[in-house]
Amino acid sequence: MNVELEVTAGQWIAVCGPAELTPGRGVAVLLPDGGQAAVFADRGGRTYAIGNRDPFTGAYVLSRGLVGSTGNGGSPFVASPLLKQRFDLATGACLDDPDPGRSVPVYATRRGQARP
Amino acid sequence: MSTTTETIVLIGHGMVGQRFLEELADRGVTARARVVVLCEEPRPAYDRVHLTSYFSGTSPEELSMLPAGFAERHGIDLYVDDPAVAVDRAARVVTARSGRTFRYDTLVLATGSAPFVPPVPGRDSTGCFVYRTVEDVLAIEAYAKDAATGVVVGGGLLGLEAAGALRGLGLATHIVEFNPRLMALQVDEGGGTALRRTVENMGLVVHTGVGGQEITAGDDGAVTGMVLSDGSTVAADLVIFSAGVRPRDQLAREAGLATGERGGVVVDERCRTEDPAVYAIGECARAADGMVYGLVAPGYEMAAAAADAIATAGDTRAAFRGADTSTKLKLLGVDVASFGDAHGRSAGCLDVVYSDSRSGVYKKLVIGQDGTLLGGVLVGDADAYGLLRPLTGSVPPAAPEQLVLPAGLAPPTALGPSALPDDAVVCNCHNVAKGAIRAAVTEQGCTGVPEVKRCTKAGTGCGSCLKVLGQLVDDELAAGGVAVDTGLCGCFAHTRQELYEIVLALRVTSYRRLLDEHGRPEARGGDGCETCKPAVASIIASLAPAIGADGYVLGGEQAALQDTNDHFLANLQRNGSYSVVPRVPGGEISPEKLIVIGEVARDFGLYTKITGGQRIDLFGARVDQLPAIWTRLVEAGFESGHAYGKALRTVKSCVGSTWCRYGVQDSVRMAIDLELRYRGLRSPHKLKSAVSGCARECAEAMGKDFGVIATANGWNLYVGGNGGATPRHADLLAQDLSDAELVRLIDRFLMFYIRTADRLERTSVWLERIEGGLAHVRDVVVHDSLGICDELETLMAAHVANYRDEWAETLGDPEKLRRFVSFVNAPGAPDPTVRFVAEREQVKPDLTILAGPVLPVRTLEGSSAS
Repeated sequence: MNVELEVTAGQWIAVCGPAELTPGRGVAVLLPDGGQAAVFADRGGRTYAIGNRDPFTGAYVLSRGLVGSTGNGGSPFVASPLLKQRFDLATGACLDDPDPGRSVPVYATRRGQARP
Repeated sequence: MSTTTETIVLIGHGMVGQRFLEELADRGVTARARVVVLCEEPRPAYDRVHLTSYFSGTSPEELSMLPAGFAERHGIDLYVDDPAVAVDRAARVVTARSGRTFRYDTLVLATGSAPFVPPVPGRDSTGCFVYRTVEDVLAIEAYAKDAATGVVVGGGLLGLEAAGALRGLGLATHIVEFNPRLMALQVDEGGGTALRRTVENMGLVVHTGVGGQEITAGDDGAVTGMVLSDGSTVAADLVIFSAGVRPRDQLAREAGLATGERGGVVVDERCRTEDPAVYAIGECARAADGMVYGLVAPGYEMAAAAADAIATAGDTRAAFRGADTSTKLKLLGVDVASFGDAHGRSAGCLDVVYSDSRSGVYKKLVIGQDGTLLGGVLVGDADAYGLLRPLTGSVPPAAPEQLVLPAGLAPPTALGPSALPDDAVVCNCHNVAKGAIRAAVTEQGCTGVPEVKRCTKAGTGCGSCLKVLGQLVDDELAAGGVAVDTGLCGCFAHTRQELYEIVLALRVTSYRRLLDEHGRPEARGGDGCETCKPAVASIIASLAPAIGADGYVLGGEQAALQDTNDHFLANLQRNGSYSVVPRVPGGEISPEKLIVIGEVARDFGLYTKITGGQRIDLFGARVDQLPAIWTRLVEAGFESGHAYGKALRTVKSCVGSTWCRYGVQDSVRMAIDLELRYRGLRSPHKLKSAVSGCARECAEAMGKDFGVIATANGWNLYVGGNGGATPRHADLLAQDLSDAELVRLIDRFLMFYIRTADRLERTSVWLERIEGGLAHVRDVVVHDSLGICDELETLMAAHVANYRDEWAETLGDPEKLRRFVSFVNAPGAPDPTVRFVAEREQVKPDLTILAGPVLPVRTLEGSSAS
């Protein structure tokens, strides 16, 4: 089952095959509008997608952060590889800064049949 | 200057003299009075107690006890190299050697002690020294360069220190002690026997119950040996007298002041002599209890008493009536402590003794008939000193036999600092009671040992109370509801060191297993966090061969644990691009290889810069360019420089004896050997090293985690150095090593560091933090005090044997190469946000692209995004 991401309501794109997504890590995805998303899998195989842009530095690097869940009520987060701020993978909120301007967009994901 | 200004003259600027000045300043006296100090030595007060640390790399400047700007700030006139030569009490005038004269209202004598040199014929020969000042130590070091054998006269505290210094300088060393045992003043017969055995096992020759009869000298007047009182002879090139000290009271005698039968200026409880205008403090004074104290702590108390009397014009309750002579020392690496009635002289007292001559441990407690702890002797294991000394004079809360058992055998409930009463003095040097330490936490809000040290001064003297201090602070914080959590992170309650031991002992090769079986309950089964994942990955990587894990950092589960730098084997930069650093061992590189680096940089449009570690950094590579760049580099014979890892970075070198007219060893070859040996070694933090070919130190080895400096006889190894924000000069670990000895010691040192350091703790911080500090690390890696050196060497041998170049391995594995794409759904497309602009003939990141929230770039289809 490929991993799919919902770009806008009802518009799904294929991201990658299941083996390309290592649990605990992410991959970067180029969106049809030229934007970028970061897609992750946790150790249970559940997938998540957020914007790839780190709002603290402007760099498109969140896909290269490490996934964790401890200290967030068991919900997964990713820590930016640049300055280590953490972002909730389910909500996009920055766990280290309540300013909504520091949150990142969230995309729905699913396991689907579309070709990547 | 106004003639009405009160003038205080201090003669002598040793540790006690300096303390007296600080006590005066604390009481505001320096603000109202003129203070003049006459110092005989060419340098102001320094830490004489730690004089021997000079031989392990502490510089005379580091020993200084005069805070920068102290004299200027308090308006103190300090004259060094200018001792007082006469005191006219009638006129109240002191004359210095320079001819300067000073009128005083108050005179304070702090002239200290002079070493006692027994009247042995030949004692003035060249090569005879005493052991008291920095100048003595410098002279001994210089003379020892041409000496092979040394004799130390005196087997007491100072004698053993001097013997340790000679041994450290590489001399065959004899100790001659008139008493039947070593440290006769402090320890009893059993303790002396244990101490002697340990000292002899280090290769020192001990002669007890004999004195020196004559020192023989050659025609040139230089020492050739010593005849002992039993008729035997010892050939020697150097002799150190350290057979005790005598109070320096001659100036006082000549001024007509009373002195004690065995010397010392007679003073009262306020440290005042019979002349109300003259005080005497420290080792030159005979205190009100008739004793002359040769320890620094009583001297400090006298300094405070005298300062108080002067500040209050005599209206003071501060008094010095006598002092505790308890001591704990580490001599020749052996812990020795004695406290209270160590010799069991009290009427009707009883002994409880634990003795293990195999490990050189001897412990004796002296107990009164009612169970009161009266004193004791600890040799070889003095950990309990911090608790036992404050308990002296009371009935301990545990049976005495439990108090002397080794840690593993004693019942766990035996005794903790919580058992101490509030008035128990925990820090003897600064007279700080347990109650004051508790108050520092509960009332003044200190939340850790460093703050409590600043607040109470506890633990800032000899440091023997630090362990108890730490426990007290933790207990108090815990009682106050402040959680003391030493765990690595929210996932593990264990420290990094504990996790290392778990991984090694249970052969845990998986992060998940470690988290699920050893994590905090709330973290088990989860995804862990970004703190412990790389830390555990590093532990598993550094133990990989020993525990049967794959050492390849991109293999299996390891791939998911690594920070992005390790994940892509390159260093992430601010715009999302990476930099590439090929290994250049020792900084030596051929023209052909330089050309390859230049061509690769040119062909891929990379920015190049020379690093501080004698190699070349290539900046601005996109993730998808990394394999192509490395294909070229590997083809040309380069391998990964591990600039991205918490691992060995570089071993810098100077050109050494091959080219340099001053070089004494081939530093380049050694640097290359070391870099190739330790390349790829995963550690708690990055490791840097350097090798200098002579004492000029052009490779800056003293600023490295492990630095090597060539000597005429081999290599000196320094450890724990650092540059950066908190620079630290490295400490000398061992001297004049052969190539093989050097490598073996570094093997052990690095593996011991990897085993015991905290996450992201550089060797400099680790060395300061680890209990026992440098001395402990030296014991472990040089003297194998824990018996683990075989294991440490085996682990390093396994690392060396299993090293593989990560980049060559990655290039050979198509599966691994698949991750080197900018976009998983568009493997050929470059990341449009990684762009560059020109600067000074090269490129730099175009940060304007990153500044805005919206991305003005072309889409996959080629149409413009909004």
